[in-house]
Amino acid sequence: MRLLAAFASWLPRALLTLAAIGLLNFTLIRLAPGDPAAVIAGESGAADAAFIDRIRSDYGLDKPMPVQVAHYLGRLARLDLGVSYRSNLPVWQLITQRLPATLLLTVTALLVAIAIGTTLGIASARSRGGWLDVAIGSFAMLCYAMPVFWVGLVLVLVFSVGLGWFPAFGMASMIPKQGTAHLIDVAHQLVLPALTLSLLHLAVYVRLSRSSTLEVLDRDFVRTAQAKGLTDGQVMRGHVLRNALLPTVTMAGLQIGHLVGGAVVIETVFAWPGIGRLAFDALLQRDYAVILGVFFVCSVMVVLANLVTDVVLRLVDPRIGR
Amino acid sequence: MSTSNSRNWRLWIGGGTLAAIALVALLAPWIAPHDPWELLGPPLEPPGQAFLLGTDMLGRDLLSGLIHGARVSLLIGLTSSLCALLIGVTVGALAGYFGGTADRVAVRFTEFFQVIPAFLFAILLVAIMLPGLKSVIVAIALVTWPPVARLVRSEFMTLRSREFVEAARSLGLGHRQIIVREILPNALPPVIAVGSLMVATAILTESSLSFLGLADPNLISWGYIIGSSRPVFREAWWLSVLPGLCLFVTVLSINLLADGLGDEGNPLLRSRRGGAP
Repeated sequence: MRLLAAFASWLPRALLTLAAIGLLNFTLIRLAPGDPAAVIAGESGAADAAFIDRIRSDYGLDKPMPVQVAHYLGRLARLDLGVSYRSNLPVWQLITQRLPATLLLTVTALLVAIAIGTTLGIASARSRGGWLDVAIGSFAMLCYAMPVFWVGLVLVLVFSVGLGWFPAFGMASMIPKQGTAHLIDVAHQLVLPALTLSLLHLAVYVRLSRSSTLEVLDRDFVRTAQAKGLTDGQVMRGHVLRNALLPTVTMAGLQIGHLVGGAVVIETVFAWPGIGRLAFDALLQRDYAVILGVFFVCSVMVVLANLVTDVVLRLVDPRIGR
Repeated sequence: MSTSNSRNWRLWIGGGTLAAIALVALLAPWIAPHDPWELLGPPLEPPGQAFLLGTDMLGRDLLSGLIHGARVSLLIGLTSSLCALLIGVTVGALAGYFGGTADRVAVRFTEFFQVIPAFLFAILLVAIMLPGLKSVIVAIALVTWPPVARLVRSEFMTLRSREFVEAARSLGLGHRQIIVREILPNALPPVIAVGSLMVATAILTESSLSFLGLADPNLISWGYIIGSSRPVFREAWWLSVLPGLCLFVTVLSINLLADGLGDEGNPLLRSRRGGAP
């Protein structure tokens, strides 16, 4: 019941947010200099009159403004994101083809970042003030300051060009493999891009789990548990972790959608065939329908991720939503 | 970690390095050995005697490029952060001071901007406004202001009922005077700490945009050098590694400085990187 109530309060807000993002998309097309139909068609100058006319009627650009807005939002609601001028394919189809690759990369990177980050953060909190704490804090600080594309290039230079351990580009080898061999191949290709992306986000989880662990360690119930004679490990597992991980769940939920949007740079560096790369290629060709489509889909994912986070938090922490 | 001694240490190292980089940026035309755009050597010359840090694909001096690149990074980092601060402080101050409907609208507005995938939004803005100095600054400012607004709002909410504000009100001061002269100066210290971290985020965002080829093509920047040398990065490691090191050291020194300045207990500082890459 609690979850149902949460969903009922989430839905209208989510729909409102999505409508606002649609409106923003619409405004962005309008903001671009020149005829909006020509903007959507791309700045190649090669778009013929028939295609421009098609866009005009597709987007209802020949009608009054309020009708245009309603028309545009109606199309978004049907997940009709228009047609890519370059490939002449529906934008929705282009995005759904590429989405699994992006999700594979970002979810792997996020899980690695959370796993390593919280382990380091908790270790850091337990040795508060000691050399390990300082070392981990400095490492997090270094990770924080590195430009992500640069990390990617340096890792490629070291592990791919120098040592030859991992492939530098793409998601699968030139010669396609089948079954398990294919999975191993993809996993092998995934290592460097996922590592790069996770290094970028690691620092957040180190700091977050360190501070929340420190906070929980000071609480009375932890002292009680220690007084009962539980070992350090038992106290950590039974009492500290569950409480200390709550902020991590919130942060992960906040980040997942943004991570997908931020994958543009990583996917460009590693030629990873996801939606970030799709957006970048569209950018080079001024294929605005595709960029706007990717933008909208990523925003939808942020909204959905917020819901999932909320549900997870309610399941983990019975105090929320009472 | 947070003893006053180690904080001082961070302040000095961070501030000193940053001051040195700023000096290099200011004096760039005088201390750079060459014009960064001039084609003067063999292409892809490795670091050595003739060119200390080597040359790029067109035979341009990398050292001069790096020195001039410092200007773009710092300029864009500072201006876009100032713009973001201006938006964030305005929205946050109005929301926190007036409360009620103004607050609800402002909070919704801020939340909306936090839902949007920040980097993708920045790319879209730059692409649509056409790549250039102004569009990059506007784009970065538009994606980085929400944390400031939230912080300023909460500061204003606690400060607005304090005695000195009541006193100002009973003296007949207008809302504007109370906001700007009475509350704002008291709300500023945490804002300055967050603001300095924003400069670091802005520099990283600018470098990513330039790396993708979305910067002013007439300005040399560290991200641009790395991005434009990507086709040859296997042969010419110095063209990607060295500009990246410059970015890294600059951002690290800003973070050290901000850490030294800031209050470590401030949650906004800990989770600054919500979405910006």
